[in-house]
Amino acid sequence: MAKYLLLKHYRGAPTPVNDVPMAQWTEAEISAHLQYMRDFADRLKETGEFVDAQALAQEGTFVRYDGEGRPPITDGPFAETKDLIAGWMIIDVDSYERAVELTGELSAAPGAGGKPIHEWLELRPFYGVQQPAITE
Amino acid sequence: MDEALLRSLTPHVLSILVRRGADFAAAEDAVQDALVEALRSWRTEPPRDPKGWLITVGWRKFLDTTRSDAARRRREDSVDEEPDPGPTQDVDDTLQLYFLCAHPSLTPSSAVALTLRAVGGLTTRQIAQAYLVPEATMAQRISRAKRTVAGTRLNQAGDVATVLRVLYLVFNEGYSGDIDLAAEAIRLTRLLARSISHPEVAGLLALMLLHHARRPARTAPDGSLVPLAAQDRARWDTTLITEGIEILQAALAQDRLGEFQAQAAIAALHADARTAAETDWPQIVEWYDELAELTDSPIVHLNRAVAITEADGPRAGLAALAPLDDSLPRHTAVAAYLHERDGDLDAAARLYAEAAAKAPNLAERDHLTRQAARLNNRA
Repeated sequence: MAKYLLLKHYRGAPTPVNDVPMAQWTEAEISAHLQYMRDFADRLKETGEFVDAQALAQEGTFVRYDGEGRPPITDGPFAETKDLIAGWMIIDVDSYERAVELTGELSAAPGAGGKPIHEWLELRPFYGVQQPAITE
Repeated sequence: MDEALLRSLTPHVLSILVRRGADFAAAEDAVQDALVEALRSWRTEPPRDPKGWLITVGWRKFLDTTRSDAARRRREDSVDEEPDPGPTQDVDDTLQLYFLCAHPSLTPSSAVALTLRAVGGLTTRQIAQAYLVPEATMAQRISRAKRTVAGTRLNQAGDVATVLRVLYLVFNEGYSGDIDLAAEAIRLTRLLARSISHPEVAGLLALMLLHHARRPARTAPDGSLVPLAAQDRARWDTTLITEGIEILQAALAQDRLGEFQAQAAIAALHADARTAAETDWPQIVEWYDELAELTDSPIVHLNRAVAITEADGPRAGLAALAPLDDSLPRHTAVAAYLHERDGDLDAAARLYAEAAAKAPNLAERDHLTRQAARLNNRA
């Protein structure tokens, strides 16, 4: 089993096929999209492959240490940040092929006109456990 | 309360319920319910006869479910008569349970989960914690697995090889959280070895014991990985090594060599060396040759190239590495090591860094990064 992160971007991913901003969809199209996402997560729960799903707010802050006894420095939000994460889903599957298959399904979520968005999702493997009997 | 005892009774109780006429899926649920209740109540009220308690409570749970199902279906409740316990007390279908839980129709992850629950007596929560997934996800995985094998009868013989693959997967998962999966895999393999005489079962058990013996030495106090050559051999568990070697010798004497016996033989040769320098590398190379005949696993060929380096020098090792596909996992890490042994430190440093970026786990990544740093900072 291996865990994968399916990463959805507000910005930073290549342009999808059905590239219409969500605010210009109809309300019914938005509902259909959200329902598709919920159904997808439910299906993964049913197959025993679901780990986690979270969405992130658009605006974030950068924070860094600023020396002993001083409060951390904050900066941003930066409107120009190239890569902006919108949310993620974590799955636990038997193979990379299965992870790709599921990511493809999620990317087919309907958008404007009820057509699949063909959104680019980033698929990142988690580090696995060390396997001494195989590699030592 | 003795949780180990509770878990060791699980497969026996399950097979008794099945013999009494419960179908596997329902019986397994009932045993799990009884187990959870035992974990709750035995602490304050330990039973005099733990096995009898589990059978009674498990059967009652089964009847409760069957009754309410039957009521829902407006059936006559004719199934709830207490059956004749008969001669079931001494019958043990543990082996059949292993076959069922590792049924070829199951995905590896389903087979692992079902084995840990039905044979291992772990609760769904414990298995979920060990594999770092939500409990609901693990529960679904298990119930789907049971639906998949629903049509399989418990009295059918299965394939030992599939069972061994499942146990090996569990062993390699190591330990995270409360459940030590490596130790659990050893326990389950021991139990299997008592149920069936098979050289590869013994081979796998020996392999696990020999690897487990080195576990205390494999990790530094800061959690970093210590490679075999640098391990403090005084910290190896000699009791486990002795047991592993005895089991392996008995298996090899049957003259039916298999993959796990060959791997165990290599582990035994390492265990036999008092220092890394005393390792019998030529014999290890011979075992890798055997292993390469038995399996086409690429990791075998990579490890063989390392063994050849130790036996015949880095040039021979690099020659063994040359025909291998460089996209294989850990190919770059092996290439880095062989180049370092060959004295090409710049190439080695570059390859270690490259290998770190491709490492499949954090411990290896950090180890390889350190190797690159060591070479990049040389005077």
